[in-house]
Amino acid sequence: MPPRPDAPLHQLVSLRGITKAFGSVLANDQVDLDLYSSEIHALLGENGAGKSTLMKILYGFYRADSGQILCDGQPVAINSPHDARRIRIGMVFQDFSLIPALSVAENLALFLPQLPIVLNIKELDQRIREVSERYGLHVDPHAMVAQLSIGEQQKVEILKLLLANARLMILDEPTRVLAPHEVEALFKVLAGLRQDGYAIVLITHKMKEVQECADRITVLRAGRVAGTLLRAEASEASLVSLMFEKKLALLEARKEHGDAGKGIPLLELKGVSTKGEGLGISLKGINLQIFPGEIVGVAGVSGNGQKELGDAALGMIRIQEGSKYLSGDDFTRRSVQELRQSGVAYIPENPLTMSIAPFMTVLQNMALTRAGEYARLGGFRMDWQAVRADAEATSKSLGYSFPWYVPARSLSGGNLQRMVIVREMAGRPRLIIASYLTRGLDVQSTIAARQALLDARANGAGVLLISEDLEELFTLSDLLIVLYGGVIAGSFKPEDTTVFEVGRLMTGFEVPHGKNN
Amino acid sequence: MAKITEALTRFPLFHHKGWQTAVRYVLMILFASLMFGVILLIAGKDPLASYKDILSSTLGSASGFSEVIVSMIPMLITALAVALPFRVGLINIGGEGQLFIGAAFATFAALTFPNLPGWLLLPLMALLGMVGGALWAFIPGYLKSIGLVNETITSLLLNSVAPKIIGFLILGFWHSARDTVKTPSFVDAARLPTFFGTRIHLGLVLGLVLLVIFWYVMKYTRWGLEMRAIGSNPQAARRNGIPVSKYMVVVMCLGGAIAGLAGMVQVSGFYGMLFPNFSMNMGFMGFMICWLAGADPLGIILMAFVVSIIYSGGNLLQLTRGLPYSVINILLAFTLFIVLARPNFSKRKKS
Amino acid sequence: MTLLSILGVFSSAIFSGTSLLYTTLGEVIDERAGIVNLGLEGVLLVSAASGFAVTSLSSNPYLGILVSMLAGGLMNMVLGYLVITRKANQLASGLALMFFGFGLSSLIGKSFVGEKINSLTRFVFPGTAVLPLKYSSLFKFDLLIYLAIPAAILVWWLLYRTRWGLGVRAVGENADTAYASGRNPNLVRFQALFVGGMLAGLGAAHLAIAYATNWTEGMTAGRGFIAVALVIFSKWHPLRAIVGALVFSGAVAFQLLLQSSGVQVSPFLLDTIPYILTLVVLIAWGGNRRHAAPAMLGRVYQGSE
Repeated sequence: MPPRPDAPLHQLVSLRGITKAFGSVLANDQVDLDLYSSEIHALLGENGAGKSTLMKILYGFYRADSGQILCDGQPVAINSPHDARRIRIGMVFQDFSLIPALSVAENLALFLPQLPIVLNIKELDQRIREVSERYGLHVDPHAMVAQLSIGEQQKVEILKLLLANARLMILDEPTRVLAPHEVEALFKVLAGLRQDGYAIVLITHKMKEVQECADRITVLRAGRVAGTLLRAEASEASLVSLMFEKKLALLEARKEHGDAGKGIPLLELKGVSTKGEGLGISLKGINLQIFPGEIVGVAGVSGNGQKELGDAALGMIRIQEGSKYLSGDDFTRRSVQELRQSGVAYIPENPLTMSIAPFMTVLQNMALTRAGEYARLGGFRMDWQAVRADAEATSKSLGYSFPWYVPARSLSGGNLQRMVIVREMAGRPRLIIASYLTRGLDVQSTIAARQALLDARANGAGVLLISEDLEELFTLSDLLIVLYGGVIAGSFKPEDTTVFEVGRLMTGFEVPHGKNN
Repeated sequence: MAKITEALTRFPLFHHKGWQTAVRYVLMILFASLMFGVILLIAGKDPLASYKDILSSTLGSASGFSEVIVSMIPMLITALAVALPFRVGLINIGGEGQLFIGAAFATFAALTFPNLPGWLLLPLMALLGMVGGALWAFIPGYLKSIGLVNETITSLLLNSVAPKIIGFLILGFWHSARDTVKTPSFVDAARLPTFFGTRIHLGLVLGLVLLVIFWYVMKYTRWGLEMRAIGSNPQAARRNGIPVSKYMVVVMCLGGAIAGLAGMVQVSGFYGMLFPNFSMNMGFMGFMICWLAGADPLGIILMAFVVSIIYSGGNLLQLTRGLPYSVINILLAFTLFIVLARPNFSKRKKS
Repeated sequence: MTLLSILGVFSSAIFSGTSLLYTTLGEVIDERAGIVNLGLEGVLLVSAASGFAVTSLSSNPYLGILVSMLAGGLMNMVLGYLVITRKANQLASGLALMFFGFGLSSLIGKSFVGEKINSLTRFVFPGTAVLPLKYSSLFKFDLLIYLAIPAAILVWWLLYRTRWGLGVRAVGENADTAYASGRNPNLVRFQALFVGGMLAGLGAAHLAIAYATNWTEGMTAGRGFIAVALVIFSKWHPLRAIVGALVFSGAVAFQLLLQSSGVQVSPFLLDTIPYILTLVVLIAWGGNRRHAAPAMLGRVYQGSE
């Protein structure tokens, strides 16, 4: 990319000391940020680093607990997206806010600040064409949004901001669902916008893209600004070290391994591909084996196919290509019920929405995955004593305790997660799919949960551990794979690699020396 | 309303949740009666005298009371036909149509096998009634499961088609010698027996037994547990290995079967013949009652009772006050409006 | 089957279909905003009774029509209060409104059963007078009939060419997005309900004042439900509703035609044609165009509204 001519920069927006907590989680901690016109500013960081939260505060979606926002040097109060739009800030979210059944022009008209009472189709068309010609955002104004590709829909979202006169545009993970040629097209558009003086903020975790198109890069880590670099100063090494905790690189991988790699794999995925719905990720050509007594860890930034991998393994989503084997039997087309009955357990990332019946009691929830085992008289009665006995025994071994007779939804998030762990472990599963196992848990519970996995492994179970906690992955996994863009980007033993390498793969670099399996 | 309930919290008995609900319902019915009283005044009738008449004729005399029970019977069953699918998150608005088709199937048996003894013929009719209703519920369910049409729309359309099919069958094949718009009266063997010289027929026992079974299944059995899990969170239920699609189809057909049974009960127990439009919107009434009662068996019995009193009252008002029978629908509607305007009643029963 | 008899069917369909068309247009607007009105039957009855009563008392059919429209709008406001303000279930609220309509219309109409009124004058479309009398007499229509198709075009224009209509459609597709664009979804829904109710009232007015010219209990005979089916059949598009209304109303007249040509088809079965047709059409479209129904409406049918 040819270097930009040295135009005088105008400081559009400044954030000073922004702090925001959600309950006990500190999402943003005294963040300072300067955004300039004619500049593409990348906000880089892992999930949970605070990038989205920060920009949502700027867009008026959230209110900061403390701190200030300055616009053109003057402090402003942004209490809602309407306020943000009034000072010409616009945001394109990860899930687009377009109406599929309406046309492109209608979607754009909906958000036009001054729309006449009687719509003037010709004038609208002309305005759209002018702007789209100028920046290469070619779409047919009369096409229905439902018929557009994701890339085209994104163009409409950008057009929406342009027609509403935004001068600062925030794009949240814009390339997550784009094909490579669509990514190129997007960068061209952004370059054109920058030329015309627009300020653009790119929220992303993808290093390569950042290096290709950003002028300035701010790295966030755990809610704080880890550093701000100009493009010239930003090398792979510097960015990765800012994104990930340095000390982890010194973490020693455990010495003990189970007897992995022997016999028939408990779970085998051969060339598995799935089709993502709408804005979801598609898995492509996944090859994976989990042997008895083995923990396979899956690293990666959330949104790169983790949920899809867990769901495909469980049978919740359809495998389009490839096959899935459970202890050698073909389970590609089998239902979730059959998988569960074959001893597969699933601990999802969001228990409340994904695996709990909120209005039923804790004890009743305990019976849901293996109701058949506790049914008596052919199903006419349930043996609640047995349910309780099993659940209590497992809870005790984990050091957890619950009130059994309250509605599940009255439990805290951490308690819900513990509850699901107890339920899934009580069935002595052969294969455990654990997705963000220890998210939201305190130290004690985390230790207990991890120990439970190790115990299960010692008993010959296999575990698919999906996590964004690199410490957890390095400590527990026998084999570590990295998921990026729905593809396995790398696969190694933890002791053969470093956090640095894993970090690079997580952010989109290909390992030059071909360590992929 | 909130202030009244607040004041009542001073009484210790009031802290029991069941009492709270009961009191709330009584207050709502009183309020609705007040509003209807205003309408009566505007229409130039004496509201107090009217209410006195209604209550004395329904609750004051044995025959009046028995009539209230008689009209309750189909409501119990049609409400159950909605309540069961509701527990797995399905909305069965097709009860009206399922009722008709069930009645048609049962009528076929009654007219084709008049020589069978009652203990054989009645169960046959009941069975056929359930088959008919289940079939009518299966069509929307099937179309939905192959991803073609929304089941609520299909059910509504089929509701309108069913009575016309009945009309066609009666006119074409089943009509009595003298009258082209109804079938001949059923033989005694095809009639559900009545009790103690009243018009209360065996359908009452059927309805109550079914409600008890429903209560037991939902509370104690494995299937009830899994169904409540589906109703509570279908995605989670699927992930936990519960065969959600299977349950949904089966339960929808069961709901249809129950509604079909209600149809059989009405033509066999109450009318003793089949004629077009015999349902008197009973299917929709069941939907409303199930809704008001939050799909709870005891609530269904209570609400059916209240609605029956209102309808019986309408008969009386027509005779003594010169108002068209249909006017009683206003009181009914007011009750419905007031209960609907309090959303906390509906959210309670999403499990 | 002569030309005369075919034209007769056509004419009869136009007569009875006009009220259906107006009602359907009203329901199209409501459903486009995401609200389905199962109580339409009750709305029609109350509008018809009020309009008829006022016409009888004032001897002025135009006044009656206005009152009908107002009554329809107000009845829909009751639905709006329940469904929008109190967030009650739409299906249950609609049915409650239906029962209310049964009762209220009986009360209003009881003194007017059997009354005669001044109806709307019927006149032939200028230009058809040159045709032989037996043809042109078939096409002596009243004002509301002539205005029916223009009304459909007006509704189309309202929904697709005005800012308000865009807002209505946006609210019916995705209330959150509509809100993000600065609109108040609840207010828009109330507005849509009122306009829709007025159109339904217009349909009821035509039925009672111009077509049947009398009042009997339950005279709408299921037209409310037919209109709900017709909205689906027309894929929520006002111009397609014109064809639909003709087809649906033509079924009955068509049956008479068949009978006169010696073909015996049960009137009951013919009456099922509108519904079966709607189902067939839905199945045929079902595969490709999932986006036909306004998205928020889908949630009503799913039970989450």
